[in-house]
Amino acid sequence: MLETTWFVLWGVLWAIYFMLDGFDLGLGALMPFLAKREEERRIVYSSMGPFWDGNEVWLITAGGVTFAAFPKTYAVLFSSLYSALMLLLFSLIFRAISIEFRGKLASPVWRAVWDTCLTIASFSASLLLGVTFANIFKGIPIDGEGVYQGTLFTLLNPYGLLGGLLFLMLFLVHGALWQAIKAGGPLQERAGRMAIRLWPVLLVVAVVFLVATGFATRLYENYLGNPLLFLVPLAAVAGLLGSRFFMARGAWWRAWFASCLTIVSATLFGVIGLYPNLLPSSLDPAFSLTVTNSASTPLTLKIMLAVALTFVPIVVLYQGWVYYIFQGKVTEQDLAYEEAH
Amino acid sequence: MDVLILSRLQFAVATLFHFLFVPLTLGLSVLIAIMETIYVKTGNQEYKRMAKFWGKLFLINFAVGVATGITLEFQFGTNWSRYAAYVGDVFGPLLAIEATLAFFLESTFIAVWVFGWNRLSPKLHAASIWIVALASSLSAVWILIANTWMQYPVGYTINETTGRAELTDFIAVLTQPFAIIQILHTLSAAYLLAGFFVMGISAYHILRKQNISFFLKSFRVALPFALIFSLGVALMGDFSGQQIATKQPTKLAALESHWETGTHAPFVLFFIPDEKNERNLFEFGTIPSGLSLLAFHSPGAEVKGLKDFPRDERPPVTIIWLAFRVMVGLGSLFVLLTAVGWLRRNKLEASRAYLWVMLLAIPLPYLAAEAGWIVTEVGRQPWIVYRLMRTSAAVSPIAISQVLPSLLGFILVYSVLGFAAYYLIFQAARKGPEPLASKAG
Repeated sequence: MLETTWFVLWGVLWAIYFMLDGFDLGLGALMPFLAKREEERRIVYSSMGPFWDGNEVWLITAGGVTFAAFPKTYAVLFSSLYSALMLLLFSLIFRAISIEFRGKLASPVWRAVWDTCLTIASFSASLLLGVTFANIFKGIPIDGEGVYQGTLFTLLNPYGLLGGLLFLMLFLVHGALWQAIKAGGPLQERAGRMAIRLWPVLLVVAVVFLVATGFATRLYENYLGNPLLFLVPLAAVAGLLGSRFFMARGAWWRAWFASCLTIVSATLFGVIGLYPNLLPSSLDPAFSLTVTNSASTPLTLKIMLAVALTFVPIVVLYQGWVYYIFQGKVTEQDLAYEEAH
Repeated sequence: MDVLILSRLQFAVATLFHFLFVPLTLGLSVLIAIMETIYVKTGNQEYKRMAKFWGKLFLINFAVGVATGITLEFQFGTNWSRYAAYVGDVFGPLLAIEATLAFFLESTFIAVWVFGWNRLSPKLHAASIWIVALASSLSAVWILIANTWMQYPVGYTINETTGRAELTDFIAVLTQPFAIIQILHTLSAAYLLAGFFVMGISAYHILRKQNISFFLKSFRVALPFALIFSLGVALMGDFSGQQIATKQPTKLAALESHWETGTHAPFVLFFIPDEKNERNLFEFGTIPSGLSLLAFHSPGAEVKGLKDFPRDERPPVTIIWLAFRVMVGLGSLFVLLTAVGWLRRNKLEASRAYLWVMLLAIPLPYLAAEAGWIVTEVGRQPWIVYRLMRTSAAVSPIAISQVLPSLLGFILVYSVLGFAAYYLIFQAARKGPEPLASKAG
């Protein structure tokens, strides 16, 4: 029970991370396609400015919770995906530094360099997160000792790449919608059009992914055992259709919330399908890491549960407050502000 | 070259680089909070300008600290997976709680502070930098508890069935005296570093007769802060030494390159370790019973010599011996420099030689802090968890073809980052504060 509770929390933390940092990553990747002038680029940066750092901490927390609640999974997963994770870390470093350093010098060359870094880093981080999770859903070749019997290229299988593409498309649409919320004028129009144009691609990728999941993974077994669970992937589909519905009406906030629903439900769809595995072995199901064979002791899980149930709601409250005080569009006046990006 | 050496090098590069930025974040956030509080209390605009100017330098530094911190947590899994699996039940929660309690607060409220000048009341705005300051120090508290557990594991048992260390007493892990001393020692060092940073940059501008009133005020905010914490770091260093004496005898012996076990162990002022032949060369200035007194505060205390331990349980001596001398020597210098500053606090402008020294002293607390970590971490070897798990048993089953590229990646990326960050800090520091009449002010 305790292990299962932690499994659910584990999935929820990842879902929140993708929902929040997804729009930063998508927006970073889209920046050269959305912003044409320096002033517009600054609006793009300022649209992420107060949020990206707090969003990224959800990743650190999700990683930390994997370590604390399922140390064996943490150990095997992170060492198995070594090169992919290193690339992810370098991407996230460049993303962070680009956002924070870009505006510190007026030189156009300096700014152009960081703009390029931001775009490449955001693209690769989105792809890598997707490739990683698709491979977790599918299972990776780990032996009975938890030693990975593959290479970086093992992860670049068709299903893994499809997962990368899915995450990329989800984040791109999510980011475009965020920009449509935060900007006015031509930038808002461009961002809205971009979301509308990317949406059919996302739809096709999502459908292909759902079908491919039936062939490449065993995720649907849990759903067939308990059909009520199909509500979760249905919610993802509803979010996807809903976001298009609201896009057509220029209701950007609603479209963005619908997109949040899609990302959260899509993540939970995979996580629910995994249960009771955290990391399936593609060599032999007996080698899979599960909620029982990789969990911490009940004492540790209880301490962590007390901490999580007390402090995560508090975090949600104050982060919500930050979104509230920095709500509204980024204006020219905001750009004149000396600390602006 | 094997995976173990490369992984150790990679962790050393990543931590030492990260810790170039962490102490300034810890200390400067407090100093900025003090400056802004003075502004809120007195309404003196100059203190607001100070918070903004030092805040600009702070943010460049903060960004690198944040960006490079995440790699450390992940490396326990990528490079030290056997460690992670073996001690995760005890060690994992400390990192997870750090993120949940401290890192969220810090990362969220820094944005409130940066972008909130015009949106929040002055009081609430000042509160946000206090939250950042407290949260970063709280973050350090959890990390140091985790590190101290590696130095002296408590509150756990070895479960033979699961083959791992399991938590039995969380409170013991959180409250062991060694951890509390390490926390106070490290935080003091960080606050001291920030004090020297502010004093050094202020000295530069006072010497050039630019914005003199602004930088004299900055200097005078930082001076008592640095004085208090230079004394604190020395005092806690002494306490820490006593903890090491009883809990990590191999580290103590390596610090002093002490070979023979005996009571009334002498302290030798000058010598050079000869590790290969298990002796010291050119000994000069022997203080009888000095080491027994320093380590145990009792002249008759027995101090274990390195020869009492098998060779494969000793840390490398020369590097620790040297790093320890750098740390202690600089630590004493900091007490001296801040004490001189305190005596001259009302005639700083005229004390040009002193200002020059303070300008040139900016890098020294960095050097001392890095040396301190070398003493702590290299001194723990060959153990990753002292006497519980060897570093060689902790490394991941990964290939050189994975670790070598990532190590080179770290060196390359961190060189670029370090260069860019210090270039920006240098430029902003040299430029000085913005004029008061800013439209956003």
